[in-house]
Amino acid sequence: MKDVAEIWSYLAQSPLLWLTATLAAYALGDACFRASGRKPWANPVLIAVALLGLLLQATGTPYAAYFEGAQFVHFLLGPATVALALPLRDNLGHVRKAALPVLAALLVGSGVAVGSALGIATAFGLEGELLASLAPKSATAPVAIGVAESLGGSPTLTAVLVLLTGVVGAICATPLLNALGVRDWRARGLALGVAAHGIGTARAFQVNPTAGAFAGLGMGLNAVLTAFLAPLALRFFQ
Amino acid sequence: MIPALLLLLASQLAGETLARLTGLPLPGPVIGMILLLCAFGLRPKLAETARPLASGILGNLSLLFVPAGVGVVGHLDKMAAHGLALLAALTLSTLAAIAAGALTFSLVARLLKTEAAE
Repeated sequence: MKDVAEIWSYLAQSPLLWLTATLAAYALGDACFRASGRKPWANPVLIAVALLGLLLQATGTPYAAYFEGAQFVHFLLGPATVALALPLRDNLGHVRKAALPVLAALLVGSGVAVGSALGIATAFGLEGELLASLAPKSATAPVAIGVAESLGGSPTLTAVLVLLTGVVGAICATPLLNALGVRDWRARGLALGVAAHGIGTARAFQVNPTAGAFAGLGMGLNAVLTAFLAPLALRFFQ
Repeated sequence: MIPALLLLLASQLAGETLARLTGLPLPGPVIGMILLLCAFGLRPKLAETARPLASGILGNLSLLFVPAGVGVVGHLDKMAAHGLALLAALTLSTLAAIAAGALTFSLVARLLKTEAAE
């Protein structure tokens, strides 16, 4: 029988180990999420990221070595963005019936999401790469990562900020909107999809199907709008 | 499954090519999404071709954020230094965006008297 260290050094070099670890960590995170009764704070991605981060630190594995394996999952972000065309098409009927409110809420919600994030961050003295990474945080991850990359931000930092944005939106939306007295499910869903992308959309579907459909719509439209707005807003704050 | 995969990848490839050619500020996959949406409009059958695969990918969308998210291990110094400011900015702006978006929708819908779905 071979030395364990020898086997480890072989496996640590191959993509298989970290690809498997990525799926295993996510499966574990998802199991925790289900066990919690699908509470937004038990986000499977946050759990998986924390587990893998600890594992990399504990084994002294550099991120580049991890990414050799994880890149196969990461690659799918592009096709996933393209696939958003399907829910957008399915909801086109809703858009036609409420086109003006949808467009107005999209413009205001997306503008506030990008503008206020940059304004507050600037007030705290953040600049450069950090601002570029933060600007697209309300867009769905594949788009936000692409936008941040093209603006000189850090894709990995953006991924974390996007996740946190989704979790914050999913946790706070219901109490916030109740306090504001907004009872139209279309308004509630759309606003959540625009501000908190896929995680917000998943939350909206749990609360009400109409809210879910409008959240999916808001997420898809905001993906396109953020790609235009984030570079403009960033230029204004730099 | 192969036609569906081909449809998604070809749309993305066309999007990436168009992004480079035109210098538009949109990421290639976003242009690919718009192209595919147009293709669905021209040929509604394509949507049914794409549906099983697209639903499968979108149903597990959050898994795809994990590899990039793990990259936070390379930013622990930045998170320690600026984590609070970043967290404050994203929390406040997300709450503001939800409130502004929902109130705008309600206001415009009420002005136009479009039927509310309560």
